[in-house]
Amino acid sequence: MITFMNNSDSEEEPCNERTSLMSAESPPVPSYQDGLPASEAGEAQTHRKRQTGSSHSPNNAADGNVSDSGVPVRESALENEEEELTLKYGAKHVIMLFVPVTLCMIVVVATIKSVRFYTEKNGQLIYTPFSEDTPSVGQRLLNSVLNTIIMISVIVVMTVFLVLLYKYRCYKFIHGWLILSSLMLLFLFTYIYLGEVLKTYNVAMDYPTLILVIWNFGAVGMICIHWKGPLQLQQAYLIMISALMALVFIKYLPEWSAWVILGAISIYDLMAVLCPKGPLRMLVETAQERNEPIFPALIYSSAMMWTVGMAKPDTAARAPSQQTWDTAEDGRENHRSPSHSDSEILETRSPVPTHPIASLEELEEEERGVKLGLGDFIFYSVLVGKAAATASGDWNTTLACFVAILIGLCLTLLLLAVFKKALPALPISITFGLVFYFSTDNLVRPFMDTLASHQLYI
Amino acid sequence: AFFWLVSLLLSSLIWFIAVKASDPNDEPLQKGLLIFGVMFSVLLQEAFRFLYYKLLRKAIEGLVALSEDGCSPISIQQMAYVAGVGFGLMSGAFSMINLLADALGPGTVGIHGDSQLYFLTSAFMTMVLIFLHTFWGILFFHGCENRRWWEIMAVVVMHLAVSGSTFCNPLYVGSLVPSYLLMAVAATWAYLLSGGSAQNVRRFLLCK
Repeated sequence: MITFMNNSDSEEEPCNERTSLMSAESPPVPSYQDGLPASEAGEAQTHRKRQTGSSHSPNNAADGNVSDSGVPVRESALENEEEELTLKYGAKHVIMLFVPVTLCMIVVVATIKSVRFYTEKNGQLIYTPFSEDTPSVGQRLLNSVLNTIIMISVIVVMTVFLVLLYKYRCYKFIHGWLILSSLMLLFLFTYIYLGEVLKTYNVAMDYPTLILVIWNFGAVGMICIHWKGPLQLQQAYLIMISALMALVFIKYLPEWSAWVILGAISIYDLMAVLCPKGPLRMLVETAQERNEPIFPALIYSSAMMWTVGMAKPDTAARAPSQQTWDTAEDGRENHRSPSHSDSEILETRSPVPTHPIASLEELEEEERGVKLGLGDFIFYSVLVGKAAATASGDWNTTLACFVAILIGLCLTLLLLAVFKKALPALPISITFGLVFYFSTDNLVRPFMDTLASHQLYI
Repeated sequence: AFFWLVSLLLSSLIWFIAVKASDPNDEPLQKGLLIFGVMFSVLLQEAFRFLYYKLLRKAIEGLVALSEDGCSPISIQQMAYVAGVGFGLMSGAFSMINLLADALGPGTVGIHGDSQLYFLTSAFMTMVLIFLHTFWGILFFHGCENRRWWEIMAVVVMHLAVSGSTFCNPLYVGSLVPSYLLMAVAATWAYLLSGGSAQNVRRFLLCK
């Protein structure tokens, strides 16, 4: 699971035309990637990579410093400006990512605390075959480690499979797979979730209403995620499916296995993204070589303008890209493209540029903003949800894990701004989260409880 | 908030070790350990506030170096305020949230002979602590900026005093009243340091 940031700062660039032409010439910057497999119940996590071909900053491109090794002094000054822009962007993007991550966690924690279903033990997934109901501690530990190994190997196999499919251009297969998995998430899991929530609050609902509600929810979700839709609706849907997936994991993963899996998957993430032969990295590089956008629907983006999946850069994509250009020219710091209602936006803007610019645009200026893989959302929420479910100190632990994860995310985005390449988003946050969970549960809780019973304040 | 959390973590680690290493049946010892734990925690919190100040200083220097016109987009006073609020919110949240969760459920306050005003006083105490942390943040950073050690010492002493006063609980007069007085003092001090004055207040009140 990686984060990546699309740094097309052209909205601050006065001379957009030149910029976009220039950016086309500059070599593609190592893209930021997000990855994360989120998907069906325990199935393969398909890694998504998002690739951006956009360059660092318009300043850099505008002076053509990337193409020719011009004047060193100017370069450093430009680098500084670029860094500053990067940092400014970075700060904004951090906030833009805090909100959805927080929302997802809130949904998961609220559900865990209120709906009993998700904390009951009703069996395990086939990916974690070893049970943890063993008498001895050592046996339990062994079982959880074995479960983890199986789970991680499933993930690795699926990822490699996906990379191979991508390499050999079996796009249809990948699309079908993704559509199938989101279908299942949107319909089946929502049905189960809704059923359990209704049971908890003792609300009666008849089947026709249920069918209507779920059908609408699912259909709109499919359209929003895989095709076009208002940005915020899409983000809301992605948050919801992440929360649903996290809830499934919380329910079906046995205790210790869950913690070991969280640890192992952050290590795996680290390796998969940073090692030269890691599958995620290979996926990024392949996508970069082909200058293609990566799959939608498995990445959360904070500001959007998608072009649909592997759509050819034609008229369908041109309108959105013109829109991007227009927004850019407007000079407002407005990352969010309001909607995909291209027509109304085009009317209000100044005359659009000519063809060459538009076609160059769509290669790069497709998204701006930071992207975070849905898997990252899922695992963060799993951590916080597990903390809420199993910690006996209740809210303090949950709160501590929440803060830890957000700080980890902050640090990751900071590193992203510094290194400007695809980075794994899981390791830092999950490490902080795990450390804080175990320490708060075991160390802080007795302390705070004693303080509270004497009503002392520190 | 994160820094406060880390300080809490370390202080509870120390306390935990101390408790485990000592005899659990010895009441006064436990009480003494608790007091020690509280004081140590206060000192650690202030130490972390200082560390946070150092970190923010570096960040500001970096921002200034990068910015176009030589001044950073966020001033040290704003950062002081935010740091104080962060500390306060975290400490308040940790103090209150379990109480609030329990308050949602059924029960009677003080049924075992404890004070019936438990929830109320906890709420007030938490509120005063949050405010205090905010003001202390401003005072502390101001002291660090201008190298006035006595300001920093004053903050530490105030914090110790407030925590110490909570030892009077359930004699709430002993803890709430001094805390509120200290808060008023800290508030005016911080206000004056931030550039306010009596005239501003008067103008504000008269809606000029």
